[in-house]
Amino acid sequence: MAGAMTTPVARPEIGPPRSSVGVIGWARANLFSSVTNTVLTFLGLWLTFKILWGVIDWAFVTAMWNGPDGRYISGFHIWQLFTEPWAIRSGAPCRAEGTGACWPFIANKFPQFIYGRYPVDQRWRVDVALVLLVVGLVVLMVPRIPGKVWSAAFLFLVFPVIAFWLLSGGGLLGLPVVKTEVWGGLLVTLVVALVGLTGAFPVGVLLALGRRSKMPLFRWASVGFIELVRGVPLITILFMSSVMLPLFLPSGVTLDKLLRALIGVMMFQGAYMAETIRGGLQAVPRGQSEAADALGLSYPQKIGLIVLPQALKLVIPGIVNSFVGLFKDTSLVLIISLFDLLGIVQLNANADPAWSSPTTNMTGYVFAASVFWICCYGISRYSQMIERRLAAGETR
Amino acid sequence: MMPFLKMTAAGALALMAVTCGGLEQALAQAPAQPKTIDAIKARGTLNCGVGTGTPGFSNPDDKGVWTGFDVDYCRAVAAVLFNDPSKVTYKPTSAKDRFPALQSGEVDLLSRTTTWTLSRDVGFVFAGVMYYDGQGFIVKKSLGLKSVKELKGATICVQTGTTTELNLADYFRTNNLDYKSVVFEKPDESVSAYESGRCDAYTTDQSGLFSQRLKMKTPDDNVILPEIISKEPLGPLVRQGDFQWFTLTKWVYYALINAEELGITQKNVDEMLNSANPEIKRVLGKDGDFGKSLGVDNDWIVRIVKAVGNYGEIYERTLGEGSALKIPRGHNRLWSKGGLQYAPPIR
Repeated sequence: MAGAMTTPVARPEIGPPRSSVGVIGWARANLFSSVTNTVLTFLGLWLTFKILWGVIDWAFVTAMWNGPDGRYISGFHIWQLFTEPWAIRSGAPCRAEGTGACWPFIANKFPQFIYGRYPVDQRWRVDVALVLLVVGLVVLMVPRIPGKVWSAAFLFLVFPVIAFWLLSGGGLLGLPVVKTEVWGGLLVTLVVALVGLTGAFPVGVLLALGRRSKMPLFRWASVGFIELVRGVPLITILFMSSVMLPLFLPSGVTLDKLLRALIGVMMFQGAYMAETIRGGLQAVPRGQSEAADALGLSYPQKIGLIVLPQALKLVIPGIVNSFVGLFKDTSLVLIISLFDLLGIVQLNANADPAWSSPTTNMTGYVFAASVFWICCYGISRYSQMIERRLAAGETR
Repeated sequence: MMPFLKMTAAGALALMAVTCGGLEQALAQAPAQPKTIDAIKARGTLNCGVGTGTPGFSNPDDKGVWTGFDVDYCRAVAAVLFNDPSKVTYKPTSAKDRFPALQSGEVDLLSRTTTWTLSRDVGFVFAGVMYYDGQGFIVKKSLGLKSVKELKGATICVQTGTTTELNLADYFRTNNLDYKSVVFEKPDESVSAYESGRCDAYTTDQSGLFSQRLKMKTPDDNVILPEIISKEPLGPLVRQGDFQWFTLTKWVYYALINAEELGITQKNVDEMLNSANPEIKRVLGKDGDFGKSLGVDNDWIVRIVKAVGNYGEIYERTLGEGSALKIPRGHNRLWSKGGLQYAPPIR
C-alpha cells in the first residue's frame, strides 16, 4: 500500500458541542445561564410541582369516590349515574378527615345541576330541546354544512316557540305544565344567556341605529335608554324587576319571576350591545352609505345590505365578549332566588345537611367553574375561527 | 336575625308604604278582595315562600325535593286544604325579596326562618313561634367547658355589625365577664378562624352553629354550649287583612303541638280515631265541628298528622336526632316537658 496516493477524506462534520444544542443547549441558555437563573428555575419547578401535586392529590389521590371505603370507583355506580344518580352514596362519609374532593356529591346531585328541580319524568323535554338546539347550532355554525338560511330561520323563528312549548308545557303540544319555579341548573343558565343574547341583539341594533339617527326623538330616546341602563349594575336591574315590579302591579297580578329576570337581562344586554354595534357602524366608511344612496337604495336596504353586514363583521369580538360576560353574569339571578348552575350547586353544597362536609363546597365550586370554563372557552375559540374566516378578504 | 335583615325588612316596609299609598289604605281595601283560602283552592296549589337553603329548615334532598322544618309546615297547610301535602308550589325567597313576595300576593304564606319582631308585625302577622332560636356558643371539646359563664377571658369570633356582636357585649357585661372579640365580615371567615384556633369560641344563632359544625374538619371535637343568650323566635307569617286565613295558619301550628301533647303520631293516628278520650275525639274531628268553624273539613288534624306527623315528629326528622344536624329540642320542647311550645286547647 506504500506510495498509494492518499485522497484527502473529508472528516465527518462535527456539530456544535452537545451541550449547546437541543434540549440541553436550550436549557443551558434559557434556564441555567447564571446562578440567579438557576435558582429561579429550581424555585419555579418546585412551585409548579407543589401546586400540581396539590391539585392531583385533592382531585384524585385523597378524593372520595363511591366504591367501598370511598377509595375507588365502582362499576356498578357508574351505571347508576345514568339510571338513578340520586341513589349514589359516597363509599365513606366525605366528612372523614383529610378527604380531598367529594365526587359522589357531584354524581348524586348531577341531574339537579342540569335540570334543577324539573320533574324527573318530564326531563326528556329538556333533553329534546337541547338536542334540537345543538343540531340547529351545528348546522348553522360549521361552515362546511349547507343550509345556513334554513337553519338560521329554524333557530331564530321556529326553535324558540318549540322550546317554549316543550319546556313550560301547554300550547299546541299539550304537555303537562311545568312552572318556572322548578327550573334550575344549567337549564336556567342557558335559557337566560340565550334568550338574553337573542333578545338583546335586535334591541341593540335598533338602539344603535336610533342613537345615530338624525331624528331627535329617536336619538334622545335611544341615548336616554342606553345611558340609563348602562349606568346601573345588572344586579340592580334584576333586583328592581324582582322586588319593585310586583309592588307596582295591581294586587293579585303576578308576572313570572323568570320572565321578569329575562326582560331585565335583555334590556341590560341590549344597551351594551347597542354601544358595541355603534362602534362597528362608526367604523364603516361614509363612502359606503353615500354609494348606497347614490344607487338609490332605500334606508332599510342601505342599512340591511350595505352598512350592517360590514359593521357586524367588525364587532364580532365585541359581541362575543359581551356574550361570554352575559353567560357568567347569569349567576346573578341567584339574588332574586332563581337557581342557575352556580346557584343550585351552592344551594346543595351549603344547605343539604346530608352532604355537609368541609370539602363539599369546594368540590361544588370546582365543578361549576369547570362547566363555565368549558362553555366560555368553546365560545371564544369558535369566535376566533369565524373572525379568521371573515377576515380572509383583508389578508389576501 | 341580623340588623341587616331587619334593615331590609324595614326598608321593604317603607317601600311598600310609599308604593302602595300606605298600608292603611291597602288594609281598608282588603275585605273586598277574594278570600285567600278560596283563591288557593281555586288555584289548586298553595304558594309557599321558603328559604333559599337553610340546612334542616328548607333544603333540597337528593332528588331536588324541598324538605325541612319550614317546608313541612307548608305541607301541613296543603294537607288541610287539599288532603294532599304535595299540592304546594315552593317559591324560594331570599332575605331581601321575601316581604315583597308576601305583600304582592306572589306567596300565600312565608315559612322561612323569619324572626318575629315588632316592626314586622306591622303589615304582616305571625302565625306563631314554630322554632325558638337564639344566639349560642360553640367551643372546642378539649377545653372541657360546660357553660357560657366559664368563658371568662376568652377570645370569641363573631360577625361584625350584627345584633350578635351587640348581644355578646351585653351578655358578658351583665355577667361581669371579660372577653376579647375577633370580628369578621362573613360567617365562613369566622368559622375558619375558630377552627384554626384564633378564637376559643364562635357565636351565632344556635341552629346555625349546628349546621356550621357539620362543615368543620372534626365536628365531634366541638361542643355547642346549652345556653341561649338572645331571642330569635322564628315562625310562619301571612299578610294582614284576611282573618280567616290567618286563623287557619295559626291553628295548623297549634294542631301540630296539640297532636304531640296527646301522643297522636303518624303511625298511631288510625288507632287513635277509635280512642274514647274526649280530648282526642275533639282533636281528630270525631266530636264537634271545629274544622268547619275554621272553614275546612273536620278531619283536618288527621290529615295533618298523616301527612307530616306531629310537631315532635317533624322536629326529630328535620332538625333533631333523625337528621344530620342533631339539634336538641331545648326551648322547643313542649311546655309540659320544660320547654316553651304551648298551644291553646281545641274545644
